[in-house]
Parts: sequence; structure tokens; C-alpha cells
Amino acid sequence: MGFRVIKGGLLTTVQDLGRSGYQSQGFNVGGVMDRRSFRIANLLLDNPENEAVLECTLIGPTLEFTSSQIIAITGGDFRPELNDDPVPMYTAIYVNKGDVLKVGSARTGRTCYIAFSNYLQIPVVMGSRSTNLKCGIGGFKGRKLNDGDYISTRIKRRKYLPFFLSRSLPLHEFDNSTETVRVIMGPQDDMFSSKGIETFLNSEFTISSNFDRMGVRMEGPFVESKTGSDIISDGIALGAIQVPAHGKPIILLADHQTAGGYAKIGTVASVDLPKVAQRRIDDKIRFKSITVEEAQHLIKVEEHEFQEFRNRIHKPCKEVLEVRLTAQRLEKLFS
Amino acid sequence: MQNIKIVPEGDSSILVVFDQTICPEVNQKIAAAAKLIKAQQISGIIDMIPTYCSLLINYNPLVMSYEALRERVESIVRMESRTEGGRKKVWEIPVVYGGVYGPDLETIAEHAGLSQEEVIKIHSSQDYLIYMLGFLPGFTYLGGLDERIHTPRLAAPRVKIPAGSVGIGGSQTGIYPMDSPGGWQLMGMTPVKTYDASREVPILVEAGDYIRFVPVSEEEYLSIKKEVEAGTYKVNVEEG
Repeated sequence: MGFRVIKGGLLTTVQDLGRSGYQSQGFNVGGVMDRRSFRIANLLLDNPENEAVLECTLIGPTLEFTSSQIIAITGGDFRPELNDDPVPMYTAIYVNKGDVLKVGSARTGRTCYIAFSNYLQIPVVMGSRSTNLKCGIGGFKGRKLNDGDYISTRIKRRKYLPFFLSRSLPLHEFDNSTETVRVIMGPQDDMFSSKGIETFLNSEFTISSNFDRMGVRMEGPFVESKTGSDIISDGIALGAIQVPAHGKPIILLADHQTAGGYAKIGTVASVDLPKVAQRRIDDKIRFKSITVEEAQHLIKVEEHEFQEFRNRIHKPCKEVLEVRLTAQRLEKLFS
Repeated sequence: MQNIKIVPEGDSSILVVFDQTICPEVNQKIAAAAKLIKAQQISGIIDMIPTYCSLLINYNPLVMSYEALRERVESIVRMESRTEGGRKKVWEIPVVYGGVYGPDLETIAEHAGLSQEEVIKIHSSQDYLIYMLGFLPGFTYLGGLDERIHTPRLAAPRVKIPAGSVGIGGSQTGIYPMDSPGGWQLMGMTPVKTYDASREVPILVEAGDYIRFVPVSEEEYLSIKKEVEAGTYKVNVEEG
């Protein structure tokens, strides 16, 4: 019961929302790069919000199922195919024993997420199923998936979901190659000159190839500090933007270190972190300053959006309704 | 009343900033504040990262707003707290300095206007308090580095620094517990594993302990490395 990994893809790992509570020992939180797409994948299957998924990076895996279940793929468009036929993203898909899912290469975005209705059989380590590649703990044997691996599922029963035909969302979230990313300035923005701040907020930055699960370095104009950007090392939040002496901003992502010694000019608003995680090399980013209150309001707005998604997939779908309407009309016609 | 500033770091963390100086007193205040906050079990707080002179608190803004948490934390950290003194525990870490093991020792010496031997002597003649663990599992941030050998971090961080590297970053010194990118100037290498996931206790040292660097020759380094790999090496610990 589960699936065989025919091809592992470039960097396919088991992830959930990560490992909190151990940062004071230096263990980073880790977890999915794009929390929004991750949540939508689980939402489409009525999974628990923090259920572990496969995170695929740039080139996806090929999986052969050894039992039937329902899956959903979200995030960047990886052009998935089931038994060589294209299957849609953001849609619950029924897979049978023997079916082969081929997750291709990213047409848009950088990562995609595969959620499973029968859950992955992965042990919980320090409160999470996430793979910590640096420490080699969690996930599947502490590493990325390789050709020939076999992952079992945890439960057997979920082969049916109510309103199955409604479980699709018309989302194309990562089509733009230029994005505006909202940031909360600080905590060390006072270490930058007014010219540096102006450069940061009014320039276009290019995503460099220095991009991994720890963070992404940007190319662009020099962000000037007043007298250097070394600080006494302090704690780092997800999405913090460091500017070392080379003057190029680095956005810290899922596998970021817990503490560091470069001044942080700002921190990306949580709702915009998926946009950053899904950027491609040479994509452009502009930064826009918002207040912490505005950023927290945006989180609430996104929660409402998730609730709407939930409502939407828990209604009979139009096609089904239309068939019923047609049937009613036919009935009237003949009665 | 102490100087405390509370600022947001994004929409899901707040940073409690104490006096920006590396000293045992400030560090103990932070440890005490973290303990007090933990004891209050404030709903919405997810994790805390105490560092040299600030405390980062991760929280869920859907449970508690920035302003509400800020007020709550402010009232707690302004409370006077006592810290108890403990026994001093010193870990003796063997280090081979310079050459291929410490490619930046020359830079450090040049910056300080000293000879490499003098830099080694200064670096190894002191017990360093472990102020915090962070950056990587088991990465020790040590305080008390002699001002004469303070050296700025590299302008562009290295992509890979090997495990066991001993370096200087600004006014700080420490050991890299595993291969990692980083911006510190590298002065030497220890064969001791400060982090080992396969060991019963993966992280050797604790915040509050001390570290003493003991210079060793390349031959000694290699022989200790063999013992470490065989699992027979025991780090010398001085308690008092």
C-alpha cells in the first residue's frame, strides 16, 4: 500500500509545516517552502492542515501507485501526467493500483506539492515529518527521494471523498515573472542610509541562481548601509531580508539558519512568502513597505479565502447540478 | 529600569532588544526573560530564540496581534528577575591552527597587526562563555574574544565551510558543527564533533558552559580525529 518512486526528480522531499520549539538549540524549523500551496493541496482532500506532502523542486518525480487513493497537486505548474495523459493541477485525482504519475518540469513556479488522501507513512521526529536535509533527520530517511524508494501510506480507507467532482480550484498563482513583495521594515533598517532604503524600496531586483531551501540572493543595485551591516548575531524570522556588506539582499526561506550576524533591512509579509519561494532565476522582484498591522490583516484575509475554498469544494458541482436540472426538466416534459 | 526595545520582525515574530553589548549580565537577563515568558504559557507563542542581547519570539498572529503580544511581553521583561550562579564547566577543544585548516589566519593576523603565533596565543589563552546555540544545530556563539583579534566577516559568505572549522566573525568566535555556508574568517579546525546526530547526546555543549581552545599539532589533530571516528575520544572537561 503506497507508491514506488520510479524517478526521484531533482529534489523531492517529505515536508509539513516544520519543526518548531528547537530553535534555541540551533535546529531550524524547515518545512514547506510555499505554505499556501501546501495548505491548498491538503484542503482539496480534506486532510489535516499539517499533513505531510511531497515537495517537488523544478523537476518532479515519477511515482507508481501500488494501491488506489486520491491525490492533489498544487503550486507551480509541473504539467503532471497520469499514465501519459495530462491531469489538472489544483484538482483531486483518483489514482488506481498500477497507475503511473509523472510530475514533469516546472513551467511556472519552482516547487509543487503532492498531497495524499491516505497519508504518508513517515515517522514523526521532534514533532514533525519534515525532512531536515542538513541534519539528515526527519522525512524519508532524512534525505531526498531517490529512484527505487518505496513509501507506504498510513491508512487504507479513504478511497472516496464527497463532492469529488467539485474538488478543483481554478488557480494559476505563479504565472508572473515580476512580482511586488510586501515587507515590514526592520528590525535593523536604521543601519541603512536613506539612500540605501530608497534603493531597496524603489529598485527592481533579479533572482540569482543562489537559490535553495535556505534562501535566495538577489542581484540589483547596491543597498547602502551607514557604517557596515555586521550586527551582534540575533534570531532570524522566516522571510527576513539580510543585506551583507556586498549590498545584495538575501531573503531567508524555510531552511534558514536560526541566528545570524547580517543586518536585516526588513521581513517579507507571510502572505507574500509563497511568491518568493516560487520565483525562478532571472525573475524580478520589487519591494513595497507595509505596516505589521496591514500584514496581519492580510493573513486574516487569506484565512477567509481558504474558508471560501473549503465551502466551494463542499458543494455539488455545476455539472452534477445541471444533470439534475436536465433530469427534472425531462421529468416535467413527460409527466 | 533597563533599556529594552520591542520591535516587529515581520508579521509573525517580535524582537526584544536589550543593550547591544556582549556581556554575561545582559545574556543572563535574556535567559531569565525567556524563562519567565515560557512559564506564562502565552497562547500564540510558537518558539523563542534567545541570543547574545536580544530575544526573538515567533507567534501566530491569528491568535494574538502584534500590539497585544508586545504589551504582554513588555510587562514581563520589565519585571526584575534573579539569576542563580552555577558551577563553571569548561570544555577543552583541541584545535590545529592555520595552514589548510585555517585559511584566514593570515588575514586575521594582518588585520590585527600581529604575527600568526600571537593570534593563536591570544585566541587559546581564554575561557569563552557559550552565550547561545544557533545558526546551526550545536553552533556555539562564544563571548569574550580579545579585542586585538576582532576581524570583520567576509564581504561575501563562503558557500561551504567544513565541519569543525574554528573562526572569527567580528567580535565573536566559534566552531562550525557541520558543513555549512558562512561568513566567518577561518583560523583553525577541531577534530571534535560538537554535533553528531548518531550520538546519544547529539549536541555536546550547553549555553552557559565555557570553551577553551587548546592548540595541537597536525599530527595530534589527525590522531585525535581517528579516535573521534572510532568513538573512543572523550573531550576533557574541567569543572569547578
